[in-house]
Amino acid sequence: MAEEKILTLLIVDDEAGMRAGVRRSLRHFSMEIEDTAEVIKLNVAEAASGEEAIALMEKASPDIVLLDNKMGGITGLEVLQWINEKDLDLMAIMITAYASIETAITATKEGAYDFLPKPFTPAELKVSVRQAAAHLVALRQSRELEREKKRVRFQFISVLAHELKAPLAAIEGYLYLLRDGTGLDDPAVYDRVVARSLLRLSGMRKLIYDLLDLTRLESGQKRRELTDVDVLDCARNSMETMEPDADRRGITISLESSVEEVVITADSGEIEIIFNNLISNAVKYNRDNGSVIVKIENERKLVRISVSDTGIGMSGEEMEKLFGEFVRIKNSKTRNILGSGLGLSIMKKIASLYNGNVTVDSTPDVGSTFTVTLGKKI
Amino acid sequence: MTEIKKVLVVDDDPDFRGQMEIMFSTRGYEVTTAPGRKEAQETFQTFVPDIAVVDLMMENDDDGFVLAYRLKKRFPDCIVIMVTNVTGETGIEFPGEDDSSGWINADAVLSKPVRFEQIEEELRKIESR
Repeated sequence: MAEEKILTLLIVDDEAGMRAGVRRSLRHFSMEIEDTAEVIKLNVAEAASGEEAIALMEKASPDIVLLDNKMGGITGLEVLQWINEKDLDLMAIMITAYASIETAITATKEGAYDFLPKPFTPAELKVSVRQAAAHLVALRQSRELEREKKRVRFQFISVLAHELKAPLAAIEGYLYLLRDGTGLDDPAVYDRVVARSLLRLSGMRKLIYDLLDLTRLESGQKRRELTDVDVLDCARNSMETMEPDADRRGITISLESSVEEVVITADSGEIEIIFNNLISNAVKYNRDNGSVIVKIENERKLVRISVSDTGIGMSGEEMEKLFGEFVRIKNSKTRNILGSGLGLSIMKKIASLYNGNVTVDSTPDVGSTFTVTLGKKI
Repeated sequence: MTEIKKVLVVDDDPDFRGQMEIMFSTRGYEVTTAPGRKEAQETFQTFVPDIAVVDLMMENDDDGFVLAYRLKKRFPDCIVIMVTNVTGETGIEFPGEDDSSGWINADAVLSKPVRFEQIEEELRKIESR
């Protein structure tokens, strides 16, 4: 059902007959905004002079003002100037007895939205009010959208700043240790200080690279080189890259596919990013001596890549949280695992370029399976 | 001879934990570390801390508050120093040592990044009170 929204219209005119006429004409006013399926209705208020109008508007700003110019006391134009000074969020329609060019120009300068030359018919009035209402609603919507964009941007930058500050603080701490020579006569301490500093630095570099990948993908600035790419080949390359990390923890990585090659039109760099993310996560979040299975299924219209691990897994609640930017699941099992929190966002962006998606299935302490689908035709 | 002082360091950041451990132990303290509130509480049975350095936000955002409260209840003489990133991230200012509301059960609150000198300075101040 359409939501009803009531806008307040203030008619400012020193003729009582005029005010009554406007009220009568707009009594059954109703219009639908298609975008939001909102139905706009009007609540009409009256003021018999400019002074009264200002007194009313000081209490509560109306949404639309119908303003007669020639009144005893302060004029409509002066009321309009007052509205501008107060920066009220409303649409003003000037009613002018003689549609004089000078009044029109001055009123436009003062920000009037429309003019109604007297005498006007109820139909003319309704058309003008309708346009003003539509304009006002659209303006407020775009302002709201802009605010939301700013909010998201601010949040992104805040989290990013935190993610960059954390390794900096760690490295800074180690440098202070080195400067003070604290405990460095123990070679094990020295080695640890250096190794951890390097690890935090590489994590920071990974975050910056991920961020650049994400920004390029989002802005569409990255030149995509589409060629015939063998998905199985990409999988093997990535498995090789991840092998040293896996070996160190006794984790095996194996490839399952029913065919020898799966060729799609793609940017090989993008496919590489997907495999690197999937496989490195499957290693990182695995248990020691666990296994990783990379499975490629060749379907008629798409390629399905799924990577399963035998790791810590996730609860349903954690899975829901997972797909946000910079989201890293924080619990006792993950606290020693480093990551940028951008991997999934990047994979999702890439998959969408191939009309595909990313899904996850997981059981705590059993393992997770991440599945990426990529359309063959793009 | 004075008794060796015992320090409990609780933080989910392994680097901070490790750095504090090196700093304190090279200065002659006996150090135990824990990555979270639960693990910290498990040490209560066997380890009686004279000083505790506790991170505010760990697995749960209020772990540090809860832990500080429990530490003070169990070991009333233990000096609790809370370290936190919160001010830098959220702009929320925490009442420090002049906290009159008493809602933080800590003897000092320090913003990260924390230099070891700051902790030593706080300890000196608290011990001379």
